[in-house]
Amino acid sequence: MAITVPRPKLTWFERLYLPAIVAGMAITLQHFKNMLLGRTKVTMQYPEQKWDAQLPEHYRGAPALVKDEAGRIRCVACQLCEFICPPRAIKIEPGEIPVKDRFSKVEKYPREFDIDMIRCIFCGMCEEVCPEQAIFLRKDYAITGLTRAEMVHNKEKLLEIGGIMHGVVLKWNEKK
Amino acid sequence: MNPTTSFVIISLLKIVGIVFLVILPMVSYAVYAERKVSALIQDRLGPNRVGPAGLFQPIADAMKFLLKEDFTPAHVNKFYYWLAPCLAMVPAITTIAVVPFGSTLFGVPMVIADINVGVLFVFAIASLGVYGIVIAGWASNSKYPFLGGVRSGSQMISYELSLGLAVVPIFLLIGNLRLTEVVRYQIDHGWMVFPFAGDWKNPAGWLLAVPMWISFAVFAIAVFAETNRLPFDLPEAETELVGGYHTEYSSMKFALFFLGEYAAMITGSAIIVTLFLGGWHFPGVPDGSHGWIFGLINIFVFFAKIAALLFIFIWVRFTLPRFRYDQLMRLGWVFFFEIALVNIFLAAAIITFFDR
Amino acid sequence: MAEGPPSVNVQIDGVWHQFPKGTRVIEACAQLGVYIPRYCYHPKLSSPGNCRMCLIEMGLPRMGPDRKFELGADGKPVINWMPRPQICCAQDVAEGIGVRTSSPLVEECRRGVMEFLLINHPLDCPICDQAGECRLQEFSVEYGRADSRFLENKVKKPKRVQIGPRVTLDDERCILCSRCIRFCQEIAKDDVLGFTERGGHTLLTAHPDKPLENNYSLNTVDICPVGALTSSHFRFEMRVWFLKETKSICTSCATGCNTIIGSREDVIYRQTPRENVAVNSVWMCDYGRLNFEYLTSPERLLEPEIFSGNKLQPSDWKTVISHTALQLRHFTGWDIAIVASGRMTNEELWLTARLAQQLNVSLIDIVPRKGEGDDILLSQDRNPNTNGAKIILGLEGKTGANLEAIAASVAEGRIKALVVLGEDPTQFGITVEQLKKLPSFITMNILRSAATAHATAVLPSAAYAEKRGSMITGLGRLQRLNRAVRPPGQAREDWEILRDLLQEVTGSNGLGSIEDVFRQMAESIPPLGGLSLSKIGDLGVKVMATPENSTTPLPPGEPADEEIFERPLVHAPK
Repeated sequence: MAITVPRPKLTWFERLYLPAIVAGMAITLQHFKNMLLGRTKVTMQYPEQKWDAQLPEHYRGAPALVKDEAGRIRCVACQLCEFICPPRAIKIEPGEIPVKDRFSKVEKYPREFDIDMIRCIFCGMCEEVCPEQAIFLRKDYAITGLTRAEMVHNKEKLLEIGGIMHGVVLKWNEKK
Repeated sequence: MNPTTSFVIISLLKIVGIVFLVILPMVSYAVYAERKVSALIQDRLGPNRVGPAGLFQPIADAMKFLLKEDFTPAHVNKFYYWLAPCLAMVPAITTIAVVPFGSTLFGVPMVIADINVGVLFVFAIASLGVYGIVIAGWASNSKYPFLGGVRSGSQMISYELSLGLAVVPIFLLIGNLRLTEVVRYQIDHGWMVFPFAGDWKNPAGWLLAVPMWISFAVFAIAVFAETNRLPFDLPEAETELVGGYHTEYSSMKFALFFLGEYAAMITGSAIIVTLFLGGWHFPGVPDGSHGWIFGLINIFVFFAKIAALLFIFIWVRFTLPRFRYDQLMRLGWVFFFEIALVNIFLAAAIITFFDR
Repeated sequence: MAEGPPSVNVQIDGVWHQFPKGTRVIEACAQLGVYIPRYCYHPKLSSPGNCRMCLIEMGLPRMGPDRKFELGADGKPVINWMPRPQICCAQDVAEGIGVRTSSPLVEECRRGVMEFLLINHPLDCPICDQAGECRLQEFSVEYGRADSRFLENKVKKPKRVQIGPRVTLDDERCILCSRCIRFCQEIAKDDVLGFTERGGHTLLTAHPDKPLENNYSLNTVDICPVGALTSSHFRFEMRVWFLKETKSICTSCATGCNTIIGSREDVIYRQTPRENVAVNSVWMCDYGRLNFEYLTSPERLLEPEIFSGNKLQPSDWKTVISHTALQLRHFTGWDIAIVASGRMTNEELWLTARLAQQLNVSLIDIVPRKGEGDDILLSQDRNPNTNGAKIILGLEGKTGANLEAIAASVAEGRIKALVVLGEDPTQFGITVEQLKKLPSFITMNILRSAATAHATAVLPSAAYAEKRGSMITGLGRLQRLNRAVRPPGQAREDWEILRDLLQEVTGSNGLGSIEDVFRQMAESIPPLGGLSLSKIGDLGVKVMATPENSTTPLPPGEPADEEIFERPLVHAPK
């Protein structure tokens, strides 16, 4: 339904617009003056000053894979993160854990796990969807590289960023 | 050395000096000033990475423009596509030829060509600037540049009327189109808008200031429109037209459009200063015939006045929002045109009554 | 229309409906769009009623003293509801009974059954291949508890058991529905699966000396409602929710089982059967199901090649097609022989026939392909489109009758140009030495072979999952292939190659799409008259009578061919 927005009736003085223009220019001049005299607070000067110490708990930086205390890669290659990832940055190649392996009970592991950091939007959906508490967004934010290939984090890189996670549910222990 | 040779050499020196040593660096630093002033108005810091306070930023910008890929799209009309940036830059710089930017230096008048049709020359050349934009819009063979070119064409034609009519009172008063004469008159009778020099106690001068102020306002606003500056930058309104007429341009060709706009601003300011603000004159400072130092001071005063006007240009840009196109046209044709026209009769009446 | 069984009146969720006598209640509900949760019940198998998931409330009509139904105010029988729930999978509809499918009692029963089923079920959905198409997962969302009240340790059972060459069993996930056991007994006739132990320790297992290795073993994976039985081939390869499902048909024998091809990003991961009561019921043999590995073989021909400068060199399609046409036009019809394939689609065969007609070629045949068949689904005829080749190429009686003549002519040097489409000439008596001597040997194939190395033109074509087209099964049913993945490299769909070749020989022919080819073909081939590719539909159309010597079995457990059209489709599982 169309709505007619009521227009205010202007007096002839207002219709000159000149007072409004002058008032506007006074405001901008005020800002100019305050900046010039250093009275205005300005933003953080990034490369010189860094925010790292004040990063909040919930900060969402680069996604990473973690190991648990026993040294197991927690990811079981369920590919839910690959599915949920809005920019489709994640690519997983599942593999089977050999029977003789220490963690053979888990059966499945990611043979390849790539996150394309050019695509990643740091939304944290992968962390949210993960049923195994295997992927977490860490506080790394300065992800740079000179080639596209360099910007794809492979499994080793992801595990390096992720490190060991303490205090997660150990659901694959024998007493399950 | 015969007079012709010396005239040629001196003229060349003046051209090289004013264009390459003053106008072009001024254009570059106008860009820097634009960025810095806008930043300060918006509570930001602006360029501060290259050199102290970012002062070498224009040099970095120039390097960047030169090194960028000069891309010519496949679908453009090549000849006009190449011609347009030149047409945008050249008129802006050419106009400066008739503007007296100082008194005299070592007895040489500080004007490149003191011709007797000065202001007509200014209008003739300045109005060529629209070709650059219209041709760019047409040659790009793309919808946004085309719309930008069309807007620019009609906008410039509309405001050129007010621009021309606004200066008529001055020449009614002086009776001469030579711009050096305009400056000379202002030294004798006071600046057009501030008649406090020369015989400033004459009430006729103060009464005449009324139409002069009206002329000044109309002329200044028309210059805003002619240089496509906000609030009249519809030809390149990025919210509607991507980049307007220069959407398809890159590298140095884009830079020519960009610098052409600033050169036009400087030229426009120079004309305003010459016509209304006393040119190189500053009360109490004698002209160059009293010593070369005063000649230099005169030049400095002239460019200081231009700089002040440039600041106002920038200040306005970062205060006022853009007009709608119909508002722009209404303003040009219904208000400024009529005001300038009536103003001519007002000025004529005053001049007749006081018989000046 | 044949006289069906008499109808009975049944009240389902308060509304009276009519169903033919003999319909199971669970199917009656399904026909109304009410899906009753079930694990052990499968429409094509017997009903043991052991999972208890399909419990419903049921009532019988109240009888008056005159042994007639008491009628209520609405003129319908009054129903005496039974106090206890009944399973609806083993119950046939009867006159005047009532069914409630979603009463509080029914919901409570389902919640209870779910809780019991989940007691010992592991929480390994993240690694389980069934996740995404798992009934246990779906119903636990609807009827399961968020937490477990079971404090004791879960029962440990063997995991990762190879119960056959193609099937891996995870006993912890098994919910003992016995579908796989019944399938082996009733359909595959290979009774090797069974339960051992008792109570919570009941274990599904294969006979110690007889692994599950019959040719239908992978159907147990399809019907397993959970992830207990998994395909060793598909295991851990790809999650099912990524798979693009393309309806197609199997081309490994003349039966033409309807399939769903599961692919992702141009890679085929699995093939599963699709219900078609006239062809394959809901089953499929392992041989056909796994016969897609060659699509990604390193031997795939990826570039068109042309013989020039004394060797075979990769080239572009335009050059190769025009050179091939030049080679063919160089000879008269008597110098040319064409060997087509029973694996080609009707469209491709028709274009081949047109080409032969244009070049005046009379020596034309396909290569017969025989194998061992059975009486379940597998046909002895391993060519999927023998019938199509017969009617389109006009081959009378047996296929392959001309092959000997062709081979002899090649040996004598009377044949100057040999065109072999989708076949290997060394398989029908032509030696590599003879091929080397041929002035022109044009071959269109999928894989590189000893013969392709000596061709004068190699045209890489598409495999069955990479192209569109139609085929006629051993029983005379016209069915449709659909494209699931793109051909690799520069390989093209066969019909496009043949169309371009024909165009090069004849000039423009107005065949822009495969629909155009089918339309022109339908005009000239009487059995296909009035049909179009889209009219074939997903289930195919019977276009010719079953040939008398057909070795193609009728689908197990389904009524005879003629009755199929009278029978509504059984509600397929979601």
